[in-house]
Amino acid sequence: MLRRGAKWAIALAFAACSASAGAQSRAIPASQLRSGETFVGADLRALQDDDLANPGMLWVDRGAELWSRAAGTSGKSCAGCHGEARQSMKGVAARYPAIDHASGELLNLENRINRCRIERQGAAALAYESEELLGLTTFIAHQSRGMIWSGKIDGAARAHFDAGREFYYRRHGQLNLACASCHEQNWGKRLGTETVSQGHSNGFPAYRMEWQTLGSLHRRLRACLFAIRAELPDYGSPTLVDLELFLAWRAQGLPIEAPAVRR
Amino acid sequence: MQKSFPRGERRGALLRFGAALIALAARPRLSLAQPVLNPEVGTDARMINTPEGAIRSIVKGAPMRRGRVKLELPKLAENGHSVALTVSVESPMTEQDHVRRIDLVSEKNPVPHMATFLLGARAGRAEIGTRVRLNGTQRMTAIAELSDGSFWFDTFDVTVTEAACLDGG
Amino acid sequence: MAVARIQLPPQAKRGEVIEVRIIVKHPMETGFRYDAYGRLTPRNVIRSLVCRYNGTVVFEGLLSSGIAANPYLRFFTRAVESGELEFSWIDDDKVTGKLSAPITVID
Repeated sequence: MLRRGAKWAIALAFAACSASAGAQSRAIPASQLRSGETFVGADLRALQDDDLANPGMLWVDRGAELWSRAAGTSGKSCAGCHGEARQSMKGVAARYPAIDHASGELLNLENRINRCRIERQGAAALAYESEELLGLTTFIAHQSRGMIWSGKIDGAARAHFDAGREFYYRRHGQLNLACASCHEQNWGKRLGTETVSQGHSNGFPAYRMEWQTLGSLHRRLRACLFAIRAELPDYGSPTLVDLELFLAWRAQGLPIEAPAVRR
Repeated sequence: MQKSFPRGERRGALLRFGAALIALAARPRLSLAQPVLNPEVGTDARMINTPEGAIRSIVKGAPMRRGRVKLELPKLAENGHSVALTVSVESPMTEQDHVRRIDLVSEKNPVPHMATFLLGARAGRAEIGTRVRLNGTQRMTAIAELSDGSFWFDTFDVTVTEAACLDGG
Repeated sequence: MAVARIQLPPQAKRGEVIEVRIIVKHPMETGFRYDAYGRLTPRNVIRSLVCRYNGTVVFEGLLSSGIAANPYLRFFTRAVESGELEFSWIDDDKVTGKLSAPITVID
């Protein structure tokens, strides 16, 4: 056991390091982080933990099949460059969204896949919520299952992180609510028969009962914005990708659960 | 809401529904699990697309006893789109004594006759697990037909809550 | 392209009762939903799912829209001999699917 003085010294040093790295203070302390899995009932929790019965795994299978399928004018498959996804894609979802060094843009998994398809495979971009794009993103995200997010919010990503954070705390829509209104100020309280979750993104792409299918994080974000009667940013838009970066950082400490099962 | 499923039938009612039963019996087996959207002239569609009609089409007037069947769902289902269901029947599952089929009937769904599972002695164990859609809080019924032609049933009351946000998906 | 997952023990003792699980990717469209234009989406559900054990039907599920999307089924069968469990299904649009899994029976 450390002496009390030593513990304080270490805590101060850590705080100093964090401050110098430009770390944000967290509205929900790390010890109180709770995944969406803890806000659903036992039935859905058991379903998520059952690899055979979890319907999201059907999209992992679809993605695995697409991974090895040649696409576009290149005649190359993802596997042709990236080899076995189990090795090459491990940890990728845990650091996305990330800055693409070639273009300087912040890309999420979907945009990264489409960038690859267009530029490297000579194939057309896949539409959001298409079976193919959902399959590939779920398959790739699944390779990071159990890992903690470790992406960057500094350097070129800083402006995006700030934009996402600002969106999160700004009020939107007819109901004039911010994401924080429910998911930070009132998580754990009841809304109708449901308990408001902390609104983390670590489970996405997720099989949502309300959709009776698997969907992307952007679909979920747009659904939330629809619920407060706000304008919906386009799928894959910079607004949503910036928000995605902020949410990934906000959930840091929770393991990636893709594909999760949610209400 | 309490709903009792009649075992015997008053003769007048039986005759009235006779046309419906004949129409049902004449259909190929597969259609029992489908909603009868366009019933033949003369059949009373209200009776076919009801839980009572579904049960009558299964037991065809034979008595149905509570017991030997165990139907289980979560008491509280947080989303009606997919609710775990297990039904098991006490049976040695031998050639002489086994479960031929298990039917699921819903009280509130638009399609009351939800599913039919055909088993037989080769099953070894009369237990089925699946996930069902429930159109609100209701009583579920499971009916088993044994190899001796007898029918047994169990019911389970499920409370189904609605989503808080109608977010349009 | 059928996507489904089967789970059963890779091997079993002769006569042992084994648990078989399958999940099939299928929307099980109820026919009661409306699309964005207010039109009724036509019903398309898996009507019949059959399991054949070396050609003999050992299980059949006659399903309706009351079964949840991406239908999941769990049932039991006796491991009588080595061979294959073949699942086949057909939906309202007459689209069929098939998937098999091997079973090894030891004495």
